[in-house]
Amino acid sequence: MHQHPKQYLKDAAVVDNSWQLVAAESESLPAGDILVPVNYWQANQQQLADHSGNVGVWIDSHEEIEEFAGSIAALPVIAINFPKFVDGRGFSVARLLRERYGYIGEIRAVGQFIRDQLFMMQRCGFNAFQFDSEIDLAAACKSLNDFSDAYQVAVDQPEPLFKRHR
Amino acid sequence: MYIYDQYDQKIVDERVEQYRDQTKRYLDGQISDEEFLPLRLQNGLYVQRLAPMLRIAVPYGLMSSRQVRKIAAISRTYDKGYVHFTTRQNIQLNWPVLEEVPDILAELASVEMHAIQTSGNCIRNTTTDQFAGVASDEIEDPRPWCEIIRQWSTLHPEFAFLPRKFKIAVCGSEEDRAAFLLHDIGLQLVKNDRGETGFHVYVGGGLGRTPVIASSIREFLPKEHLLTYLDAILRVYNRYGNRDNKYKARIKILVRAWTPEVFAKRVEAEWEHLKDGPATLNGSEIERVKSFFTAPDYLSVDSAAVDAELQSQAAEHKAFSRWLDRNVRAQKQSGYASITLSLKPAGVAPGDVTDRQLDIIADLADRYSFGEIRTTHNQNIVLADVLKTELFELWQQAKEAGLATPNIGTINDMICCPGGDYCSLANAKSIPVAEAIQRKFDDLDYVYDLGDLELNISGCMNACGHHHIGHIGILGVDKKGEEWYQIQLGGSANKDAALGKVLGRSLSRDAVVDSIEKLLDVYVENRLDQESFLNTYQRIGIEKFKERVYAPAS
Repeated sequence: MHQHPKQYLKDAAVVDNSWQLVAAESESLPAGDILVPVNYWQANQQQLADHSGNVGVWIDSHEEIEEFAGSIAALPVIAINFPKFVDGRGFSVARLLRERYGYIGEIRAVGQFIRDQLFMMQRCGFNAFQFDSEIDLAAACKSLNDFSDAYQVAVDQPEPLFKRHR
Repeated sequence: MYIYDQYDQKIVDERVEQYRDQTKRYLDGQISDEEFLPLRLQNGLYVQRLAPMLRIAVPYGLMSSRQVRKIAAISRTYDKGYVHFTTRQNIQLNWPVLEEVPDILAELASVEMHAIQTSGNCIRNTTTDQFAGVASDEIEDPRPWCEIIRQWSTLHPEFAFLPRKFKIAVCGSEEDRAAFLLHDIGLQLVKNDRGETGFHVYVGGGLGRTPVIASSIREFLPKEHLLTYLDAILRVYNRYGNRDNKYKARIKILVRAWTPEVFAKRVEAEWEHLKDGPATLNGSEIERVKSFFTAPDYLSVDSAAVDAELQSQAAEHKAFSRWLDRNVRAQKQSGYASITLSLKPAGVAPGDVTDRQLDIIADLADRYSFGEIRTTHNQNIVLADVLKTELFELWQQAKEAGLATPNIGTINDMICCPGGDYCSLANAKSIPVAEAIQRKFDDLDYVYDLGDLELNISGCMNACGHHHIGHIGILGVDKKGEEWYQIQLGGSANKDAALGKVLGRSLSRDAVVDSIEKLLDVYVENRLDQESFLNTYQRIGIEKFKERVYAPAS
């Protein structure tokens, strides 16, 4: 995971990134806005309350969101890591966060996902994309609009196509 | 058949443009090979031993004559003038050029076709019975349900990157002609006490390295809950399926590890949250989709007179009589029949047809079967709703085109994967084995006397040729760089689904045909009355077959 790229995509725009991602094995916390591993958050909530910047968490794709979803609902940012871009578990995690736990903050994809997944990721509830590799973010933004409609119910469209148009 | 509305068309058109842009960025070096791999696979494009291979979706095996003509034209313009029909009712082009694939997809979209999710670790084409709508043992036509599943699965945002590929089949009849118990999800249409339609849901079937027959997880799912329940199954699989080892990644491994009971509980728990949600089907959508699968305008026919005429034609033409016996099937509408065009003449790779034959198939469909064509998982073509009075004429034209080999359901109607001649995964060639068997058993009287016999050939343990469920299965194996073949007996794809047992040590290609002959000898010597090969095997067991094949030469 790239820990602190200068820019990322949020709500379909290129924006500056103030958040630093804290790796699982990290021993100290940087100053400013941080995204800490969710188990670190669970174990150190008191200490993190005194942190100088904003605090969010990041979740790995294998983690059982049911175990902590309630405790992170008020955080401004939840990042979901893609250890490989073909690991599709993060798609389910994002939907659960939005649809089951009613999370309304920023859901940020981090790690190895690729531009061509953005349309579907957005449908699952991601609204922010922090790429590991140096890519043309403005160009990548176009992939959010690969399709103008879709059959299924998802976060962006809670009614299926057959109930809207048919 | 289903006709696209503006929304269906737009989604397919936009998929073409998305893929065109992806191909361009790949060729410009902006997308790596590793990243392009799943993108092209989700559009059916493999890179094979000799050239790319493009798999085109034929949703639940149904095509119009216009679509078949388009496939013929594409194979002429972009390929070598022939195509291959697969065991999942799809079509493969063996020699397309990567750069031209977006143009091929655009041509397909112009006739409401696509290659979406024909490969890759996503939900694949939903398959069903080739006799849907005309079978006399049908509980309900499965095709509207397949179309509803097609739309739900197409570009599903949550399930495009599953642990492994995912196949769904729907069975709407008493007899199973869709091998639905060998799919990741098998849906059996059933009626409850009140006559309401629902699904008996099975999960975790499949072939490949670890063949498994699916387990029941819910006996009656009311029809309106179909999509939310599928969402629940897929979500559980997406989250908990094995992603570390591709050979343990299919849902069958998860179901086995958890047990079907625990898996069912996990699905039900997930479904509690989704049940009655917005994806719940409503009556108007179900009726809308069903309205595309209504019966054609059947003529009323004097059945007795028609049957008498057929009998006299059969008496006069032995070849026609054979074709009637093997390739023609009664349907529930009297005066009409369904015919199977055999894509298994000796000397042609099973399932292969030329562009010219495709055009003829389209013409025959326009003339005799209301313009509709069905593909089968046995790699043949079915024309349904043919007036019995026109069978003789149809037979003559099909024969002329090389499509009337009277071998359906016989040993020569084998399922066979492309094998080592084309496929980079294969351990051994399969097409030459199929051909050697067809050449050996060319005496039709002998073949008919053997009766129904399914012989399936796979070039490797990925089992694309369904060798586990052949009454006789042949599997290509690699022994120190040489091609050998293992024989299995007793598999079956029907309701009494069974997986074949290995006969013994593998054989050289030369020995395969002689060994098949010995197996058939044991059958003929031991059968009772009209007993089939499979039934004889089930009664007498594997030993006698084994002894004969491995007996020292005398």
